[in-house]
Amino acid sequence: MNTMNQSGWKPGTPVAATGDADYPTVTGNKALMLEERLIFELGTPDTCGVDLPEPDTDAPNRLGKFARKQPMDLPGLSEPETVRHYTRLSRQNYAIDLGLFPLGSCTMKHNPRLNEKVARMPGFADVHPLQPVDTIKGALGVIDELSHWLIELTGMSAVAMSPKAGAHGELCGILCIRAALEARGDARKVVLVPESAHGTNPATAAFAGYEVENIPAGKDGRVDLAALKARLGPDVAGVMITNPNTCGLFERDMKAISDAVHDAGGLVYCDGANFNAIMGRVRPGDLGVDAMHINLHKTFSTPHGGGGPGSGPVVLSEALAPFAPLPFVTKDAGTGEIHLVEEENVGDEFPGSFGRMTAFHGQMGMFTRALTYILSHGADGLRQASGDAVLNANYLLRSLDDVLDAPFGDAGHCMHEALFSDHGFAEGTSTLDLAKGLIDEGFHPMTMYFPLVVHGAMLVEPTETESKAVLDQFATAMRSLAERAKAGDETLQTAPHHAPRARLDEAQAARKPVLAWQRPEGE
Amino acid sequence: MRYLPLTDIDRGAMLEKIGAPSIDALFDDVPAEHYLDGPIEGLPAHAGEMAVEKHMRRLSKQNLAAADAAFFCGAGAYRHHVPATVDHIIQRGEFLTAYTPYQPEIAQGTLQMLFEFQTQVARLYGGAIANASMYDGSTACWEAIVMAARLTKRHRILMSGGVHPHYVSVAQTMARFTPGHVEYDLPVPNANPGDDDIIARIDDETSCVVVQYPDILGRIPDLQKIADAAHEKGALLIVVNTEPVALGALEAPGNLGADIVVGEGQSIGVGLQFGGPYLGLFAITNPKHVRQMPGRLCGETVDADGKRGFVLTLSTREQHIRREKATSNICTNSGLCALAFSVHMTLLGEKGLRALAAENHRLACRAADRLAQVPGVKVMNDTFFNEFTLMLDTETRPLVRDLATKGVLAGVSLGRLFPDGDGRENGLLVTVTETNTDDDIEALATALEQAIGAEKAA
Repeated sequence: MNTMNQSGWKPGTPVAATGDADYPTVTGNKALMLEERLIFELGTPDTCGVDLPEPDTDAPNRLGKFARKQPMDLPGLSEPETVRHYTRLSRQNYAIDLGLFPLGSCTMKHNPRLNEKVARMPGFADVHPLQPVDTIKGALGVIDELSHWLIELTGMSAVAMSPKAGAHGELCGILCIRAALEARGDARKVVLVPESAHGTNPATAAFAGYEVENIPAGKDGRVDLAALKARLGPDVAGVMITNPNTCGLFERDMKAISDAVHDAGGLVYCDGANFNAIMGRVRPGDLGVDAMHINLHKTFSTPHGGGGPGSGPVVLSEALAPFAPLPFVTKDAGTGEIHLVEEENVGDEFPGSFGRMTAFHGQMGMFTRALTYILSHGADGLRQASGDAVLNANYLLRSLDDVLDAPFGDAGHCMHEALFSDHGFAEGTSTLDLAKGLIDEGFHPMTMYFPLVVHGAMLVEPTETESKAVLDQFATAMRSLAERAKAGDETLQTAPHHAPRARLDEAQAARKPVLAWQRPEGE
Repeated sequence: MRYLPLTDIDRGAMLEKIGAPSIDALFDDVPAEHYLDGPIEGLPAHAGEMAVEKHMRRLSKQNLAAADAAFFCGAGAYRHHVPATVDHIIQRGEFLTAYTPYQPEIAQGTLQMLFEFQTQVARLYGGAIANASMYDGSTACWEAIVMAARLTKRHRILMSGGVHPHYVSVAQTMARFTPGHVEYDLPVPNANPGDDDIIARIDDETSCVVVQYPDILGRIPDLQKIADAAHEKGALLIVVNTEPVALGALEAPGNLGADIVVGEGQSIGVGLQFGGPYLGLFAITNPKHVRQMPGRLCGETVDADGKRGFVLTLSTREQHIRREKATSNICTNSGLCALAFSVHMTLLGEKGLRALAAENHRLACRAADRLAQVPGVKVMNDTFFNEFTLMLDTETRPLVRDLATKGVLAGVSLGRLFPDGDGRENGLLVTVTETNTDDDIEALATALEQAIGAEKAA
């Protein structure tokens, strides 16, 4: 019984009945803001938007006794209804194409359309992962060319391309570390993670079978080198450091951290989520990093797509390269020929590979997009991109630090994201309220309550693809919202007021989960 | 650079506001000895659209596109016709360039779509609850195994020989780093999948039995029989499906005793793309298990005005809340691929999916009958949906390579899937979908006849 279908808005219910409009309409629509029912309320199992031959139900079959007997109850829509349904839904989404998306640590930059065009070339889009190698030379060429760029940009030795997303890349890096330690018969148990780390870091280390210990941050928002050194020892497999870190600061002591970890027999994982800040300006390999994932969907502009697919190649140091997962490509230095290494030919040449993390070859559709982006920028353009990203963030930091508390604002320049706290907000007004107020002003909120080390954190990452005019408008909106938050403006506490929905009841969603549509009783 | 809006005048004004002399000065926390003063040497400079497109097109032309061959490859990645509407919808910027819907007030488009997607997957699989998708079928399979271990508190993982070898390989890799251990025997290419063999190995220590439906050789296992045997020992049945179109013709695994149903959703709405991005589907039949489920979940609720709306929910299972105690480290789903799946599934509906499945099966039967007439070729399967195994008198890998030069991608050789040999190297997995024509089937049969004839003559 789906009780919420009864309590929610339904077609034909005047909006006045739900109490949110001065000018009610009978449809619930408000001009271009159109309510849309679920496909299960719109379609029928007999409607179809694809022309297919009528099945011959008497034809002999080879399904044995397993032919489907029970109905699926899957509704269909005609093509025009389908196009309209999803077009209406799309208009209830915010997107980079609509405006600034300043989510810290997420690098929501413009997604170039050339990337999309290239990914759809038949030679990339319409190729099977298990075709004979002679028929996929171009695919291997893309992997090799992108690998070369990633290795050069990071100053590392090798790259594992198959991880499907950032967290999958983290897992790849940690498993390389574990395999390397096991190969030298050194079963260490602990991975150290700064308390400001992304939640995926400790989750990944635990998933890979490690005990996780937090290391504290110093007063300047950076890893406390002395505390870290004090904890190092023969039981520590490695550290997971984010650089630039989640406070938007460059870890000045990174090389010293790496050296200390190496001296203690451990290895260094760097979370590359924030690589966009330093691309073309600092190479993690020069700082002693052993493994780092790269989010192609952040730094290299492949689309986030409403929550994926991502792509998380992992660059590896010389120490970890022999343990990279299957499959991978190698290039013959002499002939320039590219080879695909899989289970069948891994044996002699690469005995250390820790195995396979995913079917097939990884996110090829993202490789083509990322390579297109990289070639468009070139080495000079990538360096300019990181520079502009950092410039934009510092510009916002200095446009707002007189009205919002910037906990590390006095410490110098930030990297590609600016961090603020809720210090000074009136009692009863929170970071969440300010963020929801941003929605009414036409902006996507910033990352909130992260990193955990700052109270009511607001982490703002504008990226390099925003103009000064947009940043100025955003700063104007933020200044106004900061004043309202400090004054305790109650209308902020119920924002947003102009979005397709008011605040959603997340507690109810979790208490009584309704995770699939069910036909209301009696219908 | 066409993607960078700032002009030098802007940059100057902004630096002035910041109080820094140059962009380089903003990086003064980077130790000087590690700071690069200019673009990395040896890498090319920026290039315009035309030049980049030309370069990428040249690379793409080095691949043989499926459309340019008589194409019969499957084994976990399938070529189906994707309606033009699907690609149009997923290229709408509001879907393409949106983030994970953590701000539900301005993400109802993505959220409602995910709620619809979850419902479609649950119904397709015969499950109660499906999640908002995972990376792909192989990783979804491992996550299901981990979930089963949490539920049963046991660590013996029985994987049928019929499971895709890459999926097995992923599980074996991951199990090395956990208390679980995988037991797996390579498949024997018989007419039937050997359900009794796996049933005989289930014991009181078994956490889960993992069975693929249809299996990697195209055969259809008796799920209900295996489910009953597993449940008798307190083990869970995980069913893997790599070809969701098959479920338009075959009974849903959830209706046959499966506890967890996972699979690859690529067949519906998502192109081949050399193996990724794809989307993992994940459903459970017992709703009480929901809090042990991995991955994002979208749920229905109401907003402050009482209107129906959707949110990501039960996130207390997830890494950003639970950190090292999370059910998985997963921080993403395959959102855009889930959208493609959902749009295609909406266009099909039950009627269309059944018709699509029937057309696949009709053509596959026709192909099997035709290929069985080729001297030296034996069709092994008693049962199949749209792919089946041929056994030849000769190794099939060189044959497949050779036929590719003649414009026939004949299928996936079992030697590629199972490098260990033991007779499998003479096997060929042939997949037939609605994209194949009678001419394609004839081209494959003729090419096989000629190749086998030439082999005999030599």
